[in-house]
Amino acid sequence: MKFGTQIFALALFTFAALVAAGFGVDEPFRQHMWVLFFVLLGFVAVLIRNTSFEAAAPIDASAYMDGPVRYGAIATMFWGIVGMLVGVVIALQLAYPDLNIQPWFNFGRLRPLHTSGVVFAFGGNALLCTSLYVVQRTCRARLFGGDLAWFVFWGYQLFIVMAATGYLLGITESREYAEPEWYVDIWLTIVWVAYLVLFLGTILKRKESHIYVANWFYLSFIVTIAMLHVVNNLSMPASFLGSKSYSAFSGVQDALTQWWYGHNAVGFFLTAGFLGMMYYFVPKQANRPVYSYRLSIIHFWAIIFLYIWAGPHHLHYTALPDWAQTLGMVFSIMLWMPSWGGMINGLMTLSGAWDKLRTDPIIRMMVMAIAFYGMSTFEGPMMSIKTVNSLSHYTDWTIGHVHSGALGWVGMISFGAIYYMVPKLWNRERLYSLRLVTWHFWLATLGIVVYAAVMWVSGIMQGLMWREYDEQGFLVYSFAETVAAMHPYYVMRAIGGAMYLSGALIMAWNITMTILGYQRAEEPMPGSAPSLQPAE
Amino acid sequence: MSLMDRHALIEKNATLLLVGSLLVVTVGGIVEIAPLFYLDNTIEKVEGMRPYSPLELAGRNIYVREGCYLCHSQMIRPFRDEVERYGHYSLAAESMYDHPFQWGSKRTGPDLARVGDRYSNLWHVEHLADPRSVVPESIMPSYAFLKDAPIDVKDFSTHLVANRRVGVPYSDDMIAHANADLMAQADPNADTSGLEARYPKAKIGDFDGNPQQVTEMDALVAYLQMLGTLVDFKNYDEAAGYR
Repeated sequence: MKFGTQIFALALFTFAALVAAGFGVDEPFRQHMWVLFFVLLGFVAVLIRNTSFEAAAPIDASAYMDGPVRYGAIATMFWGIVGMLVGVVIALQLAYPDLNIQPWFNFGRLRPLHTSGVVFAFGGNALLCTSLYVVQRTCRARLFGGDLAWFVFWGYQLFIVMAATGYLLGITESREYAEPEWYVDIWLTIVWVAYLVLFLGTILKRKESHIYVANWFYLSFIVTIAMLHVVNNLSMPASFLGSKSYSAFSGVQDALTQWWYGHNAVGFFLTAGFLGMMYYFVPKQANRPVYSYRLSIIHFWAIIFLYIWAGPHHLHYTALPDWAQTLGMVFSIMLWMPSWGGMINGLMTLSGAWDKLRTDPIIRMMVMAIAFYGMSTFEGPMMSIKTVNSLSHYTDWTIGHVHSGALGWVGMISFGAIYYMVPKLWNRERLYSLRLVTWHFWLATLGIVVYAAVMWVSGIMQGLMWREYDEQGFLVYSFAETVAAMHPYYVMRAIGGAMYLSGALIMAWNITMTILGYQRAEEPMPGSAPSLQPAE
Repeated sequence: MSLMDRHALIEKNATLLLVGSLLVVTVGGIVEIAPLFYLDNTIEKVEGMRPYSPLELAGRNIYVREGCYLCHSQMIRPFRDEVERYGHYSLAAESMYDHPFQWGSKRTGPDLARVGDRYSNLWHVEHLADPRSVVPESIMPSYAFLKDAPIDVKDFSTHLVANRRVGVPYSDDMIAHANADLMAQADPNADTSGLEARYPKAKIGDFDGNPQQVTEMDALVAYLQMLGTLVDFKNYDEAAGYR
């Protein structure tokens, strides 16, 4: 029977969720288990509807397994829009606090939903689907482990739903970007190990002798995230039928463990993984080989070695011992070099194909992504210098920096990869419309520029207002006055974010129409076909 | 054979690549984090630190639940303007019982490391319920629902036990009296001699202005009112604590 064991196992878990919903010791936990119960019940229903008692059709083991990749591309688009929408909502809440709806939709509960939504739901699904696409094609091998890929995909979506609903119910460990509570963490660990087995297993059965550079980055991202996730989330639950747990570490050790994790969520999730994406999709779209093989070796090992040290720069001038702060700063500055190694390798891959910037909006998007990667990896080391950090820390400058990396680098390279993959995954000749990609490109780029510029101004202004003294030696501004001064910038920031979101909505439309098989009748991009010139 | 050619060895062996990158990424964490657990000078020796009382801990859990740390830091840096605005710079020892730490990373609102005793209970309740009624410029959400939420304590001692398992020195006595201490701290008429002996400097009273029940507002205000009040800086030796 098809799905027999799966249905049985899922039904068992569904029942367990029901029991936990009945016997949970705190109200948020009981509510969370009800959510889990209904989600699992949905899974069971879908499986039962799709079961059959006929012998399964033989699987063509020579073909690529692209089902999970297709689902992943759609999930990336879906969660991207959810995460960005929540971002615009919380940006508006900061400008107009009456938009807070207590208790579930207060800023404090929505903000983790936004950060996890874009980092883990949007970024995570982008990494998941591109890594499974790339590893099969660069290894010339079908995914390892049969239905394992489906387990990883759906298991990850379950993690996202549990994390997101948990935040709204007030279930959080308060560790930034690692907020889910202990039982959701355990589930993610299981899914992540399955992902590692899936990815590594596919590499092991490859038909190419060399492992392609994109896979080095994907592999180091998967294994490092496993290490970071497990160590940072060590905690002691108050009850095994309750949502609350207490971190294994306290105070200063807890702070450094968290930022060792937090900074490398940026370093490995949002950088190494997306560099893997860059190393496959930029050469493919530009139809040029990677610029330098040696550079890729050097910057790969340098970046993964150096990144892990950079965490303490989130704790400058705090109660963390000075030696650790200084070490963090020095390594953060050194990190500038391998980061730019990646940028150079990506940009120079376009040598001989720069004319495509005029004719191919997807290449334009990828180049803009790499440019923002270069910009943020210069800004980051600069902000890690203690003197600069004394001004920038605790202000919106940090928020602006994160967004030039997240919207500029992570967002744009993912959009480029999805625009590249979707026509191939669904056997379409081309995208529904290239002109809509151009619209997306400009809306996104202008949105980021508005966002980052506004946050620079507001962040630096706020930092300067906090430390401003008058000639008698008194502080000039009360804290409340500095809050009031932020209002116009918070409005403008929301506009920048809304522009970026509207670009993503255009993309969703374009991708949907492509999947449905439509092609928009439109003029080709200017210059894409050589026009005949009269002989002179 | 040059070094670059030798790299082909790693490129052809997935296990080597996996183990190699795992080894490379563990170094930084081991060098930076591990020493914090055994270097004596990581945490200053100060007097006055004690584990949170049950009501304070319950309030702290609400602080965590509502994501207060996303806009409020609890970490005063040693700069003139911060010390004048918020008080003595924060010591590592002051968060030694914090599982998890709440230092924060953003000041959309002011630092709260020493907010205890700065405002009255009534001010806090008004401010949490309707922030703009007391601070017109504030952009904080309303937390009025805390006033109507009775505190959910079936067996609060499990929370103290969990904390003890990760290193907070809760005594058997403290654990045995967890629920009673929690209720007594919010009740001005209760006998609180035991509570005060177990948790010196604990603030006692009806925090939310509603003596009928112990609410989440009671717990949160009790937590806010003790923040930064445990260490007496008149007796603190700056030179000995300098790291």
